[in-house]
Amino acid sequence: MINPLQPIGAALIGITQTAGRISFFAGNAIGNGFLGPFYWRQLWRQMVEIGFYSLPVVGLTAIFTGMVLALQSYTGFSRFEAESAVATIVVLSMVRELGPVLAGLMVAGRVGAAMAAELGTMRVTEQIDALSTLSTDPLRYLVFPRLIAGLVTLPLLVLVANVIGVMGGYLVGVHKLGFGPIEYLNRTFEFLETQDVVSGLAKAAVFGFIIALMGCYHGYHSRGGAQGVGTATTHAVVSASILILTANYFITEAFFSR
Amino acid sequence: MKIRIRGLRKSFGSNHVLQGIDLDVPQGQSVVVIGGSGSGKSVLLKCILGLIEADAGSILVDGEEVVGASARRLTTLRTKFGMLFQSAALFDSLPVWENVAFGLMAAERTERPEARERAIQTLAKVGLTPAVADQFPSELSGGMKKRVGLARAICTAPEIIFFDEPTTGLDPIMSDVINDLIRTCVSDLGATALSITHDMGSVRKIADRVAMLYDGAIIWEGPVASIEDSGNPYVEQFIRGHADGPIDVGQKVPAGG
Repeated sequence: MINPLQPIGAALIGITQTAGRISFFAGNAIGNGFLGPFYWRQLWRQMVEIGFYSLPVVGLTAIFTGMVLALQSYTGFSRFEAESAVATIVVLSMVRELGPVLAGLMVAGRVGAAMAAELGTMRVTEQIDALSTLSTDPLRYLVFPRLIAGLVTLPLLVLVANVIGVMGGYLVGVHKLGFGPIEYLNRTFEFLETQDVVSGLAKAAVFGFIIALMGCYHGYHSRGGAQGVGTATTHAVVSASILILTANYFITEAFFSR
Repeated sequence: MKIRIRGLRKSFGSNHVLQGIDLDVPQGQSVVVIGGSGSGKSVLLKCILGLIEADAGSILVDGEEVVGASARRLTTLRTKFGMLFQSAALFDSLPVWENVAFGLMAAERTERPEARERAIQTLAKVGLTPAVADQFPSELSGGMKKRVGLARAICTAPEIIFFDEPTTGLDPIMSDVINDLIRTCVSDLGATALSITHDMGSVRKIADRVAMLYDGAIIWEGPVASIEDSGNPYVEQFIRGHADGPIDVGQKVPAGG
């Protein structure tokens, strides 16, 4: 007879092993990366890829989210005559939560998948082996610049997304809901605190690191040709998305729990 | 002896690919390891390069042990190596000249203008014009990719060059061109070469000595001139390409050859 706890135990062992392997991979990449040489060209390329080329998709997500937030909070708050809180709700929601989380999820889909596909293809076509034979550490050349680029660039991207999201709320608030422009902007900044912005940017930095780590880990270890690369890409996006949502809770608790 | 291999073993689970390989590669000579598809030739090459860790045995390169060497030690050791991969393994995201000069820039820290100049000179050695330098690998034919891969392998003037199935996937004329280039480049550099292939045309053109890998061991080894009268039934079946003979044609290695 099969012990019902056996599959649960096996799953837990599997998760722990994977977490260990990912931690070891990240530790090796960071440790080797700091030893140098440092590949600035690779870092710049990845920063452009993550930051600049993600701007349209993140910007569109942010502006519509800000607009919907203004509409939803207005219709909801009007039930107890608290319409004046719309601007505050929009800015706090964008800066603390929706800016970093939505940007993180969009970038995970766009950049995390691309990283896994690129490294996966390099693995199955022996390009990673070729790097080693050219006396170049693949972790230092491929992985470390991506991790740093994710860590540094996503906060910048989220900062822009926050501004665009607030602007979306402003457009709806002023042109559709009848707020005065000065009144709306005053309300926007009235209750906004430094901690709100800092917590959002800290989340973005962690999410950027997670996206790059998942993309690199799954791509680097892909096996078995085109199908293996496809599987690696799927795993990279799914695992990054789940980890972003999980990390979001713990970072929020660290910043805001009393 | 440039490379000395003794008792090399490597298994993947229950699949015992290398079962005690003994092989010597003398300084300045071109040794070719032949064997059927899935006989473990690529695994042997990757063990020597330190890309796969052997389970047991010894690989000495210039007297330095590869088996069990640290990553840092292997990185230093690999500065002596050049490698032409079966698929050329060119970096898709870099133009041809950066592929060729990669070893110069990444490992030797050569400045980009000088590296580009040396890449163009090396491309000329393999019969490619400077116009190719700024193209990307996706714009090249199979034969041109092999030439660029060869240029990358010789650009740092390595002491030992490895060739993994250098003519696979090429038409007979292009195969002959690549074989000639390999022979010329290796002799011009005074390098030691170790190749793996199952193309007998290539063997006869580039080998000084030949070793046959079968069932995880070297079953015959000798000068290329003596391969036709080796007296070994496995070698005779292989070089004549007969389906009937002592070689078990069902034998396969799943892990890359």
